[in-house]
Amino acid sequence: MTEDEVVAELESGMTIGIGGWGSRRKPMSLVRAIARSGLDDLTIVAYGGPDIGLLCATGTARKVAYGFVSLDSIPLEPHFRVARQNAAVEFAEFDEGAFYLGLLAAAHRVPFYPTRAGLGSDMLTMNPDLRTVASPYPDADGNHEELVAIPAFDLDVSLLHMNRADAAGNGQFLGPDLYFDDLFAKAARRTFMSCERIVPTEDLLDEGTFHTLKIPRLFVDGVVEAPRGAHFTECPPDYGRDEAFQREYAATARDPEAWAAFRERYVDAPSHEAYLAAVDAREGVGS
Amino acid sequence: MSTDATIDPTIDPTVDEVCAVAMAEAFRGDGEILCNPIGTTPIIGGRLARATFEPDMVMTDAISVLAANVLPVGDDDAPRLVEAWMPYRDVFDIVWSGRRHVVMGASQIDAHGNQNLAAIGDWRQPKAQLLGLRGAPGNLVNHATSYWVPNHSTRSFVSSVDVVSGPGYDRVAELSAFVRHNHEIRRVVSNLGVFDFRNEEHRMQLVSVHPGVTVGEVVEATGFELLVPDDVPESRLPTDEELHLIREVLDPRGLRKAEFR
Repeated sequence: MTEDEVVAELESGMTIGIGGWGSRRKPMSLVRAIARSGLDDLTIVAYGGPDIGLLCATGTARKVAYGFVSLDSIPLEPHFRVARQNAAVEFAEFDEGAFYLGLLAAAHRVPFYPTRAGLGSDMLTMNPDLRTVASPYPDADGNHEELVAIPAFDLDVSLLHMNRADAAGNGQFLGPDLYFDDLFAKAARRTFMSCERIVPTEDLLDEGTFHTLKIPRLFVDGVVEAPRGAHFTECPPDYGRDEAFQREYAATARDPEAWAAFRERYVDAPSHEAYLAAVDAREGVGS
Repeated sequence: MSTDATIDPTIDPTVDEVCAVAMAEAFRGDGEILCNPIGTTPIIGGRLARATFEPDMVMTDAISVLAANVLPVGDDDAPRLVEAWMPYRDVFDIVWSGRRHVVMGASQIDAHGNQNLAAIGDWRQPKAQLLGLRGAPGNLVNHATSYWVPNHSTRSFVSSVDVVSGPGYDRVAELSAFVRHNHEIRRVVSNLGVFDFRNEEHRMQLVSVHPGVTVGEVVEATGFELLVPDDVPESRLPTDEELHLIREVLDPRGLRKAEFR
């Protein structure tokens, strides 16, 4: 598939989960395709990085649900910061571990998972729809402990970026961390996966052991080959984060004119290839 | 520091090094747990504790493995002696197991230890969006937590925090026996002194002041009534071995200095 063919499967108003973590292995070619598509009213669910920042800045996201939104080397995503301070998006902020349980509950098709995370903090104040549940089992003192019930995240679609995949949709991560990509795939009704390179199934063990084959085709509905598809986020071992480009992106949050120029040049580039050409054409910067 | 009027920073400990030792002391007695400090000075402190008096602690390389060797702070290329794979997801299993002591920052902290990392102003439309709740809600109700606040002032030590990321003792007092048993704010280290909650009311009290800081300065810089004992000692100075480890091994590039501005 192409990025635009994936976008054709989406509709305004959907809830979309995005894999990766912060500014790490984000399916950025798919995120940009959504941002330039005219889709809107989306709910984005992610351990957020520039995916959430960009979809806030372009007005594509109506609501964001997250464990955090960070660019790693820049601790708070600046476009997300602006959106929050202007109350430009609705938001659901979760404890990082509680967020994991929302994905897990969806993947397991149970309505919620219980946790103590959130008790006593303002997570419950900030999410007035969150409910607690009493343990059906008494503790040693005969008390039924009250726990937070993290609801299953109801995802229409998940988007992932992997290092390798085969054409059937078996995905492989070659970096140090899968993050929660397998759960995003299992939690959503449909999952589309971009990858650095599509390889024949018989070559999947050439670069990593079978432990790296964590996304079986059972949970994948379409594959996009997108070399440098996670740019400017990191995608080790294929490439690290483009820190210079990330700084450029981050700086546009403070300057509407700079943002308009960035958006036109990079976000609205008509294809992933055109985007990479624009990135590589920057003065004094090689690929 | 030295009793001489002039301080020679090539010989005498400076405040950042006193803070690193105060942070290390937070982990004394922890044994075989995940020592999980966040921030430059806390990481130096945790690694210092493990290199000296708490050798059984495990620590991450701040990326995705548990590294058994002593690593310099902020050096992604230093060779790791890998003893376990620790992807991000697995950290939550350790949080929920209770076998962890985390050090977090606090943009605001109050007398009961309520911590705000999330937002300044009304969280619906914050004046300043901060990092967020992050892992604080889960950390506090599962295992020991300490805090590192390098900019002690009435803006960081406040009478009431704008958002509670990590709940303090007053809020936890209303929760289950399990949570009350597992919640512990071990200590707070600032650029001025060391604080804990080891009194009946679980209110923040002054444990020690760093060299050159007076009790009056600490009280003045604190936006709530701090419990102050009659005798307030000076924070422990680094030993020669600790100074060597901090300066030559754990932070040869002096990254810790950037947290003091």
